[in-house]
Formats: sequence, C-alpha cells, structure tokens
Amino acid sequence: MYETLRHFADSYGLAAMMVAFLALCAWPFRPGAHQHNQNAANSIFKDMPDGE
Amino acid sequence: MQAESALGRVALWFVIALLALAAMLSAKDGGFAAHALIVAVTAFALVLVSAARFDPTTSLNSFFRIPPGESQYDDDPVRWGVLATMFWGLAGFVAGLYIALQLAFPQLNFEPYLNFGRLRPLHTSAVIFAFGGNALLATSFYVVQRTCRAKLAFPSLARFVFWGYQMFIVLAATGYLLGVTQSKEYAEPEWYVDLWLTIVWVAYLIVFVATIVKRKEPHIYVANWFFLAFIITVAMLHVVNNLAIPVSPTGSRSYQVFAGVQDALTQWWYGHNAVGFFLTAGFLAMMYYFVPKQAERPVYSYRLSIIHFWSLIFLYIWAGPHHLHYTALPDWAQTLGMVFSVMLWMPSWGGMINGLMTLNGAWDKIRTDPIIRMMVMALAFYGMSTFEGPMMSIKAVNSLSHYTDWTIGHVHSGALGWNGMITFACVYYLVPRLWKRKRMYSLRMINWHFWLATLGIVFYAASMWVAGVTQGLMWREYGADGYLVNSFADTVAALHPMYLLRAFGGLLYLSGYVIMIWNVWQTLAGRVREEAPMTETPHDENADRPLPPAAVPAE
Repeated sequence: MYETLRHFADSYGLAAMMVAFLALCAWPFRPGAHQHNQNAANSIFKDMPDGE
Repeated sequence: MQAESALGRVALWFVIALLALAAMLSAKDGGFAAHALIVAVTAFALVLVSAARFDPTTSLNSFFRIPPGESQYDDDPVRWGVLATMFWGLAGFVAGLYIALQLAFPQLNFEPYLNFGRLRPLHTSAVIFAFGGNALLATSFYVVQRTCRAKLAFPSLARFVFWGYQMFIVLAATGYLLGVTQSKEYAEPEWYVDLWLTIVWVAYLIVFVATIVKRKEPHIYVANWFFLAFIITVAMLHVVNNLAIPVSPTGSRSYQVFAGVQDALTQWWYGHNAVGFFLTAGFLAMMYYFVPKQAERPVYSYRLSIIHFWSLIFLYIWAGPHHLHYTALPDWAQTLGMVFSVMLWMPSWGGMINGLMTLNGAWDKIRTDPIIRMMVMALAFYGMSTFEGPMMSIKAVNSLSHYTDWTIGHVHSGALGWNGMITFACVYYLVPRLWKRKRMYSLRMINWHFWLATLGIVFYAASMWVAGVTQGLMWREYGADGYLVNSFADTVAALHPMYLLRAFGGLLYLSGYVIMIWNVWQTLAGRVREEAPMTETPHDENADRPLPPAAVPAE
C-alpha cells in the first residue's frame, strides 16, 4: 500500500498537481479575461457608503 | 409557542449542566474536573437566563453602545468579534510582556500555575487563536457579507460559532494554567477541547460557505478565497494533528496515534501550516479587502492575487519539515521542506508588491492617513518575515539559527509586524462603520499607536537577532582540545541585556495597544477628539496677489 501510494505520489500524482497548478495560474490570463478581472477588482466599491 | 421554546431551552441547558456535574464528580484528574465545573457553571447560568426569559445580550449591547435596530447586514457577530479581539489582545500582550520579564528575572516564576512553561502557551494561544482568531471571525463575517452582497446565512449558527469559540479559548487558557496539555506546539489543548473546537469550526465553515452560496454578486472576490482556504485547511490540520486516544472518557490525558518522527512531522506539518493558513492566508484575506477599501483604489493586479493564492496553497503545505532539520527525519524530507520554503519567497513577495502597489498614485495617503500607514508597515513586515523565513529554512543558516532566540525574533516580526499591524488597521477601519460614527475618536492617537508599535517591534526584532546569533555562535564554539567552550548557563548570562531590551520593546508595543483601547472605547461612547488634522495645505496670504505693474519681465 505504502509503496503503491508512494510511487503514485512521485510520478502521476506529481505531474497532475503540477499541471493543475499551472492551469489555475494561467486561468486569469486567458484571452478576454481582462475585463472580468477589472470588474472583480472593482466589485468591492459597488456598495453604498459605510459598506451598507 | 414562545413559552414552549423557552422551556425547551431551560431543559436543554439543565441537562447539559447535570451531565457536566456528573463528569466533574467522576473526573480522573483535577484539570478535567475544573473544566467540567466551568461547563456546568456556564450551563447553569444559561438555565437561569432562559428561565427568567432574560436576554443578557440586550444589556450588554447597551453597555457597548451597539446601534439598535435591523441593519442591511448582520453585523452583531462582527461587533462582538471586534470587542473580543480587543479584550483577548490585551490579555495576550500582557502575558507576553510578563513571560519576557520572567526570562530576564526568573524570580517572577510563581510555581506551579504562573511559571514560564504554563504561561508561554497561554501567551501564544491568546495572541494567535484568541486575538488573531477573533479578528479573523469578525473580518470574515464582515467581508463575506459585503463582497457577496448578502446577509449572513444561519444567523443563530453564526452566534454559536462566536460564543463556542470563546468557550474554546476559556477552556484552552485555563487548561494551560492547570497543566492540561498534550505538549504540541500551538495545539496544546487536550482531546475534549479539540473535539469542541472541531464542532465550532465545522459550524463556521457552514455559515461561511452558505453565505457564499446565496451571494448576489456573480464573482467570488479573492478575499473570500483566502478566508475559505484558511477555514478548510485549519479544519484538516486540526483534525489530523490532534488524532489521539483518551486514557479515560472523564480524564484529561490522551496519547497520540502517531509516534516518534511521524508524530514530529505531523506536528510540524500542522505547526507550519498554522502559520501559513491561519496567520498568512486569513490575514491576507483582510489585506485584499481592507487595503483597497481604505486606499479607495482597486487591488493593483487581480491576476497577481490569483497567482498569489494558488502558489501559497500549493507550496505552503510542504514547508513544514524545515522545523526538523538535522533530526531523525529522513534527509530528503528535510531538503524538500527547505526547497519549498525557499520557493515560497516568490509568491509572498508577489503578494506584498500587490498590496503595496495598490497605493500606486495615492502614496500621499501614507502622510495623511495613519490607517494606511499601518497597512503599509504591515505589508513591509509581511515581506520582511517572508524573506527571513525562507533564509532561515536553508540548512546551513538553520544550523546556526535553530533553537536560538533568532527564531523567536522572526516569529515576532511576523506576528507583531504583519498580523498585529493589519489587525489594528482593520479594527480602526471597522469600529466607526460598525458603531455608525463619523470617524475614530482620534486619528492622532492612531499615529501614536503606529509609532509605539513600530518602535516596539524594532527593539524586539533587533535584540532577538543579536541574542540568537550570540547563542548560536556560543553553543557551537569549540576549544583547541575539542571541548565546548561555553556552558549553557554562560549563554544565558550573556543574553541578559538582550532580554531586557526585548521586554522594553514589548512594553512599547503594549503601550500603543492601550492607547488603541482608549481610542476605541471613546469612539464607542460617541466622542470625537478636538485635534489638529494630520496634514494641512499651506496658504500664504501675502503671495496670493497679482504681480505689481512695475515689474518688467527679463529680456
């Protein structure tokens, strides 16, 4: 059990995590995401004064 | 119907009180009996309160001048969280100053309840989990409502989270003084307190996630990502690291399911991620909401904040083994911890730059707004301690720094500088808004707090650097014949002046905090201090006129 898990962790598991990490980091850079990022960054200012 | 539910509540609290009394009578040790008594007394007080249909929060609310009436958002748990933050902060800072003085003057150790060994975990837990934890509860409930533009889900469960968390703090703190500990750094509470915290934490997760689910805003703002990562990861860390088998169901002793180096690795996987997800991710969530709000500018780069998030999540979890350099832990695991720690430097500085550059085009606010000043100092210390940490995790550096006061200095530059300063800034931001006041009682007092705290950290960190390097060098010094030159007591004597300077730094930090308590209290009372503004635009009456007609421009 330990051996199986261990070999999975330093082969396919490692590769899968690396791919997931890179994909998640690249996601906000996808074409057309610029406006979405701008809106998200400014969304906290849409409220009324004093956060109400 | 109302009478029935009141009766049901009386019965419920009465049964809990009886069970707690039974647990006290059958307790195997004094610590468990004391804790059962605390629970019994609390439950019995709630029996009386429910029977008299008396709501103690009403009179407490008027004492703390909590604005009456329904508001758009459910802010009562936030207000209570802010008040609890202020209270536990004072307790934690006083305990910290006291144990710093104990190290300089051992006569201050009063056996057994107030010795250094019992007061130190009281200090660390009070500042991290009571002061920091309540600040996280308050800000997360505030931010999640505003960014989702939805009222808090399950209001009574949110109140249970707040009061249940205070119960956890009381049980943990009294346990330390009574000697109830499982001897794990930052995870000292015994099995039954751990189980209670697990219940409270799951309730916290439910309230937070349910509020996100019912949001009116399509996008989940990045601060909520950090809060959610903090809540989920702390739940996972807490459960795994506290896997223990109690000796008796009515006794405070338990044994860990892991042993030896496995236990050590689990402990420091927990310990370092308590830093990474409690003290970093949670407080970064505060940073990503309150710094843009106070600066009135959106975060410098939303993309960078996403990269910051995923890099912290993927890297932090592996850094724990750097606490176990040169131990029985396999060498490859130590190196793995070191490499991931060094890699963490990059996203940490990305986050710091993101926070600081949010002020781009508004840098003048540092001169005029003491809250922004605190936020900038907090980010500077975040950057400094996330550079120092990776450096200390390098094995060669660690061979000098490990087990010395350098580590203590490093922790405090992060805790006092980053966590403390950002929390103070957020409380200064929140209090006037939560209590519907125009502004804080005094902005100049915030400025005083800023300078006292900053100077305090400088004394603290600088003295601990000198002390740590002195210790490290003295411990490793060999004579010509191969024997160690210094005894341990020699190093203790050499450090005495540094311990005095450190205690002085702590006194400065505490003094700044006392000013803050006064400032907050006056704001609650609705007063506004008459004072000169932080900045004035100069106006020269004499220069404000046209040039005399005689003046001829030069050729």
